[in-house]
Amino acid sequence: MSAQTIIDKIWDAHLVRAETADTPGILYIDLHLIHEVTTPQAFSELRARGLTVRRPERVLATLDHSTPTLPADAHGQRPYASKDAENQVRQLEANCREFGIALEGWDSDDRGIVHVMGPELGATQPGMTIVCGDSHTATHGAFGALAFGIGTTEVGHVLATQCLLQRKPKTFAIHVDGRLRPGVGAKDLILHIIGVIGVGGGTGHVLEYRGSAIEALSMEQRMTVCNMSIEAGARAGLIAPDDTTIAWLAGRPRVPQGADWDRAAARWRALRSDDGARFDREVRIDAADIGPTVTYGTHPGMVMPVHASIPAARDAQEEKALAYMQFGGGRPITGEKVDVVFVGSCTNSRLSDLREAADVLRGRSVAAGVRMLVVPGSVRIKREAEAEGLDAVFTAAGAEWRDAGCSMCIGMNGDIARPGQLVVSTSNRNFEGRQGPGARTVLASPRVAAVAAVNGCITDPDTFLEHAA
Amino acid sequence: MKPVTEVRSRTAVLPFENIDTDRIIPARFLTTTERAGLGRHAFNDWRYTDDGGDNPEFPLNRAEARGCAIVVAGRNFGCGSSREHAPWALLDYGIEAVISSEIADIFRSNSLKNGLLAIVLAEAEHRELIENPGIELAIDVAARTITLPDGRAFAFALDGFARHCLLNGVDQLGFLLDAGAEIDAYEQHAA
Ligand code: SF4
Repeated sequence: MSAQTIIDKIWDAHLVRAETADTPGILYIDLHLIHEVTTPQAFSELRARGLTVRRPERVLATLDHSTPTLPADAHGQRPYASKDAENQVRQLEANCREFGIALEGWDSDDRGIVHVMGPELGATQPGMTIVCGDSHTATHGAFGALAFGIGTTEVGHVLATQCLLQRKPKTFAIHVDGRLRPGVGAKDLILHIIGVIGVGGGTGHVLEYRGSAIEALSMEQRMTVCNMSIEAGARAGLIAPDDTTIAWLAGRPRVPQGADWDRAAARWRALRSDDGARFDREVRIDAADIGPTVTYGTHPGMVMPVHASIPAARDAQEEKALAYMQFGGGRPITGEKVDVVFVGSCTNSRLSDLREAADVLRGRSVAAGVRMLVVPGSVRIKREAEAEGLDAVFTAAGAEWRDAGCSMCIGMNGDIARPGQLVVSTSNRNFEGRQGPGARTVLASPRVAAVAAVNGCITDPDTFLEHAA
Repeated sequence: MKPVTEVRSRTAVLPFENIDTDRIIPARFLTTTERAGLGRHAFNDWRYTDDGGDNPEFPLNRAEARGCAIVVAGRNFGCGSSREHAPWALLDYGIEAVISSEIADIFRSNSLKNGLLAIVLAEAEHRELIENPGIELAIDVAARTITLPDGRAFAFALDGFARHCLLNGVDQLGFLLDAGAEIDAYEQHAA
């Protein structure tokens, strides 16, 4: 057999029926993650047609998008943003009961943002096909899984048949060679990559991130990178599993046990793109070129080094984006006054991200007039962060320490910024209005976000921390 | 799904690139548990002014764009989230076809499953449509062509299966359910 990419291998292993010129292939799905926002209509369809869930044990549910991040009141009433938001949560609870699906709900210690929770539980494993009605499903590719977002109609397909109708995507290798500079993290890396290939650059492709700089990343960092594959237009992005992957998964609740674990680990170690495997596209990036990186426009491809000047608009599109952001081309972005700082989301809400922000805030304060929200990605991360005193660092600095959820990444739970406010956010989308109507978003790493909170304006972390040290 | 064989309409043009799904339907309207009724929130934050009136700057609010079922939009339309609420909102708003030079994968897949034609044209042809708003187009799904008023036809790619499903209103879930025995066999083999 000719040399294959890891994407080809996972694809072929999951074909129930191969595609032909006239029909797409039928792809088997190993793990289906669901949340409250993109599923109610799918369950209604099942009910209307008298169907059951084919493999409830392959479905895992959580509450994350519409959920308040402030605690319930004395009567147990949670501060939902609206009746509809509460109703959506209740519907998922009822649907999971009715169809026999495990839900990590309000009372679960495992609840979290869907893409944080799956890996944490070890439900996400190398070689799997994983889907969710959510475009950031690409996150799970960090484990060498083929993981992608689907729409609600397809959620219904997977619930009823555990399968999807799919055409094979093209493959795109992103080689990142060399070593990231100190203080430069996974968020800087992925923002830089999106800047290089463009927001539509990955359309129709699955990305494989490769090279020495990728291999050196921790699992948390790999998740940050794969998470934003969709921001480059790719439905999925993955990284070959290796010892880092296997060590991270060992002992997690849902991984195989005993001899089964050893067999699985051996299989996972062998899962990589063959030497000489051909990709439909390839790009090479030198890790040494990357510094702290932020966005300055209204899509994640408008990125710049934080120390540089804001690029002048090259066309009407960019002019419109700069006008929305109230930024002037040719001016530095450092010094732009910040109103809100958000540390959280499935991109950057894991323990290492919280530590990165806390390291900046320890012994310092959030600047007057700046509101900072720190929202852990899961109940477990919240507990672990509290065990090492990170919550105390955040609250002593004047930041708000919240319960787990998507929060201001999407603002569905009422955590939003006001019109015109500038948010430095560790999330993944800077679209107009994403964090509240009229709100302006600058995407950044937890380190850059925390420095902005302390200084009250966008600041180059390298110079700031040097002077402060 | 109802069969979709053709769409005839004047075009309305949204000349902006990277129109994301948060623009098409902002997240705060996703708390619904229904498919219906999202049309009034299509392009919500663009279409209305702060006091709830029609924003005159929004191209689809112009008199000549009213009632247009075909939208021609800038490159990379529908990028962002997987929310199927986006095509639901557009259809409910009265849009039956979106034409661009690049359409995001998940949005395109969601659209075709709901009978919203998501059509990618070559760049020069796309540019011509962007520059000439308001012309009458006839989209023929069977022939995979868009006919212009002067009789020229632009061909577009459409997967054979998607075409078959559109033309015949095929229920894709039914198609998958019919493969039950093969899925059983796969599961037994994989176990
Ligand atoms: S954190 Fe944001 S991007 Fe991630 S799943 Fe939640 S809403 Fe989506």
